[in-house]
Amino acid sequence: METSKPSLPIVENFSRRAAVKGGFATLGAAAFVAAVSPLRQAAKNTTAAEFMQQHYTELSPEQKTDVIARLEAEAKEKHGVDVKISDDRPIPGTKFVYAINLSVCNGNGKCVEACHKENNHDRATNQSYIRVIEMPKGTMDMEQGSTTYTGAVPKDDKFYLPVQCQQCDEPPCVDVCPVKATWKEEDGIVVVDYNWCIGCRYCEAACPYHARRFNWKAPEIPAEEINPNQGYLSNRVRPVGVVEKCTYCLHRTRKGKLPACLEACPTGARVFGNILDKDSNIRWILENKRVYILKEELGTKPAFFYYFD
Amino acid sequence: MPRITSLIFVSLIASMVIAALVTPLDQNSDVIAADDESAPANALLAESATQAPARPKSPTYTVTIRRPDGPPRIELAGSDPQGRSGTVACSTCHSVRPPAFQNRNATTLDEFHQGMQFNHGTIACYSCHNPDDADSLRLADGTRVDYSDVMTLCSQCHGPQATSFAHGAHGGINGFWDLSRGPQVKNNCVDCHDPHAPAFPKMIVDFKPKDRFNMPHTDSDDH
Repeated sequence: METSKPSLPIVENFSRRAAVKGGFATLGAAAFVAAVSPLRQAAKNTTAAEFMQQHYTELSPEQKTDVIARLEAEAKEKHGVDVKISDDRPIPGTKFVYAINLSVCNGNGKCVEACHKENNHDRATNQSYIRVIEMPKGTMDMEQGSTTYTGAVPKDDKFYLPVQCQQCDEPPCVDVCPVKATWKEEDGIVVVDYNWCIGCRYCEAACPYHARRFNWKAPEIPAEEINPNQGYLSNRVRPVGVVEKCTYCLHRTRKGKLPACLEACPTGARVFGNILDKDSNIRWILENKRVYILKEELGTKPAFFYYFD
Repeated sequence: MPRITSLIFVSLIASMVIAALVTPLDQNSDVIAADDESAPANALLAESATQAPARPKSPTYTVTIRRPDGPPRIELAGSDPQGRSGTVACSTCHSVRPPAFQNRNATTLDEFHQGMQFNHGTIACYSCHNPDDADSLRLADGTRVDYSDVMTLCSQCHGPQATSFAHGAHGGINGFWDLSRGPQVKNNCVDCHDPHAPAFPKMIVDFKPKDRFNMPHTDSDDH
């Protein structure tokens, strides 16, 4: 049958419709590609094995071995260094506690430097887990202090307050983590699984002691300066975009050694030990010295004590 | 004609999607095979298998307190006619010279030990040095003490510090906190304190992290 001519010629104009549709299709496709392109970049920066890795506490021993082997191989590839990454677990019957004698600390900052080297911090920023605050005498209010002091120490009208992670028994940083990438272990050390951390920095904001650090960039360390004795939960070179913190040098202390900051202290102000051992130095200090904790009113229950002679 | 256009549209979108996703999927596919599903079942095993062995009850290593090697040696100021220099023992001179019991500082000395700085209360030289045996020290009760046992001498007056030292609350420590795993070395008094001017010396700060807490403080609330 002969069809009648359409009354509206514009409907008949297929080529125009096709052109418009094609144009939008191209735009849409281009927008989609642009939208998913970060995924393609992420795929380049992250190995598939790393992407698929389980949470630390859910890794089987075989998986841990694989993960550590992969991380050691990556360290060799990225930094050209043979590192040994250990997986030190808490020693049963151990609860680590730190104490600092503020009558003796003179603010020289050797602990800050030792931490920087021991824990493979970025060299350009002099990053460290310890800040030494120069405080006016007569207050314990951290906010009144300054970390910018220089020159000869100690100054007559000041005392010096080294602050690092207090390994709280009620850690606010652990409570706020949305993915459980940070937790408190049996010996009291609050740790971070750098491969599970999403870098939201909630924990950094939650810590009343400003003890956490964020890796704005991947740490850059000359190969010869990298400390090869590393721990999965402590001083291995961190990736970009994760939060890190003092671990009481668990790669040392869980092997029975003293933390690096303590060994570096030229004044002997630092004391470290197992509070469950009734003959330990730290127990004697808690029983015989006038100890106090920072920001007690917050109820964080630090495992870090300060005392005066 | 419209069907053909729709077909082209759909296939274009589909190919874009595939192009965008194929690379990461390819990379992940081998892992899905390698990373088996046994992780939850093994979690409990991991917990027990990686526990460090329990600590032995008795310490097997010792605490070593560093000690001075012995009596100091005095560097000779000049050289002899043969051009030799060297060191001599305290007793080289002091065995033949009478002790000046009253002397308290270097300004009243006219021949030796001039320029030495003393800032240790008002004690005299012979409060600690032994007039009967110049190569040793002497306690307040007259008991002779070797230089290597200098801490016994210091502890006569500095009892609270000695008590703190005995409990690790005074003085630097290196090594192991856990004596069942390794030894410990402690400094002695004169490692850090000059006995003639015992105040701990001032130090220069030379290492500063560059973070926002080190910025000069401003009243701005912009964190």
